[in-house]
Amino acid sequence: MLTKRIIPCLDIKDGRVVKGINFVALRDAGDPADNALIYDREGADEIVFLDITASSEQRSPLIDAVERTADAVFMPLTVGGGIKTLDDIKTLLRAGADKVSINTQAVLEPDFVKKASYRFGAQCIVVAIDAKRVPPHLPLTKGGDRGAWEVYIYGGRKPTGIDAVEWAMRMEEAGAGEILLTSIDRDGTKSGYDIELTSEIARKVGVPVIASGGAGTMEHFYEGFVRGGADACLAASLFHFRELSIKELKAYLSSKGVAVRMV
Amino acid sequence: MIVIVDYGMGNLRSVEKAIASIGASSVISNDPDAIVKADKLIIPGVGAFGDCMKNLRSYGVEDAVRQFIAKGRPALGICVGMQILFEDGEESPGIKGLGLMKGSVKRLDHGRLSVQGLKIPHMGWNTVRQAKGSFLFEGIADKSYFYFVHSYCPAPLEDVAIGVTDYGVDFTSVVRKDNIVATQFHPEKSQANGLRLLSNFFRYRG
Repeated sequence: MLTKRIIPCLDIKDGRVVKGINFVALRDAGDPADNALIYDREGADEIVFLDITASSEQRSPLIDAVERTADAVFMPLTVGGGIKTLDDIKTLLRAGADKVSINTQAVLEPDFVKKASYRFGAQCIVVAIDAKRVPPHLPLTKGGDRGAWEVYIYGGRKPTGIDAVEWAMRMEEAGAGEILLTSIDRDGTKSGYDIELTSEIARKVGVPVIASGGAGTMEHFYEGFVRGGADACLAASLFHFRELSIKELKAYLSSKGVAVRMV
Repeated sequence: MIVIVDYGMGNLRSVEKAIASIGASSVISNDPDAIVKADKLIIPGVGAFGDCMKNLRSYGVEDAVRQFIAKGRPALGICVGMQILFEDGEESPGIKGLGLMKGSVKRLDHGRLSVQGLKIPHMGWNTVRQAKGSFLFEGIADKSYFYFVHSYCPAPLEDVAIGVTDYGVDFTSVVRKDNIVATQFHPEKSQANGLRLLSNFFRYRG
């Protein structure tokens, strides 16, 4: 039986690990490859690197970090952040990334995901969606009473007017192999994943969905899987600052009847 | 020497590094001569069945792979590198595979998985039920976890399955025919179990 995945995410700036709280207030905390190795030993199922380097010209520290990590860790590695061209993808895959995560460029260039998926295969194309809840009275919701979620780009700074649920479906059609779904409202709050958002999208797409943004307790992961229908749950600071160990989390989930890979 | 066949498909560096980590060495090559003369061959592969076969042909390495196999030396197919060992694939109608094993490659669901709420691609860690006595599984517990990412799987028409995985339905996840072995999962991404499997392949003398 396929197990639910636990994915630690490392925010990377200039080739070093940092962690943002609500996308600001960065704290430096070490070497990406070393961090990845620790997560590997603790039983992480995959690792995500999110590059938040401001200048897209300075990619070489990131590439170096990906290479060193892929040399040491024999588990799937996804790298996202700042991907603008097919060449960016090729460089990351060559450096040892197994998947790349595309966010802003998917919105800016309508055919980008389709082209990337055709060229490299859907299995390595993750579309990252940063979504923010829109109050029911705003036009985006088309009169629905549950509210809706709007897609934001540029690291959660710029609204697009695109409905997140429709966007996820369009991206699946374009050839996304997986959706990495982050709730901007919940990110950094430790108040739990946005379950409504996650379940809405998980039900409507046929590719795996990774829930992200808001994990603060072990129960939040359980809810993400069971109520949200997520295939994987991602967290960053929770693991990074050792507030929760992956081992302990998996033991908890297993005791609650969620199929996880015990190492 | 282990040769990893380079035909422009797949994360070859990962395979090479995994081989290095078990204390063996390998070369990534698309030189037909090197492929024919290899002691062992690894055929990786990602993407679509048809693209893999087209590339294998356009790189001029198909014949070399066939010659290598005809010598009876050990070969290991990984993911789509497993699928192209079969005769053809539903993903790419009209394109012939290597045909070294009888059967076709079919989409995982056949319209069934969506009913059960399972996603395609099958992505993540799943268990393999082992047939007894294969060298490939030596030192690896039955029902151990391996990392999968695929939407298609082989449906063999001969008795080659030595590993089976449950994803809504049982599918063939590991095959062996003579000295050819292949896995649908990625051993190079499957941590300790995957490295052990690669080590078993490395130590196999045929």
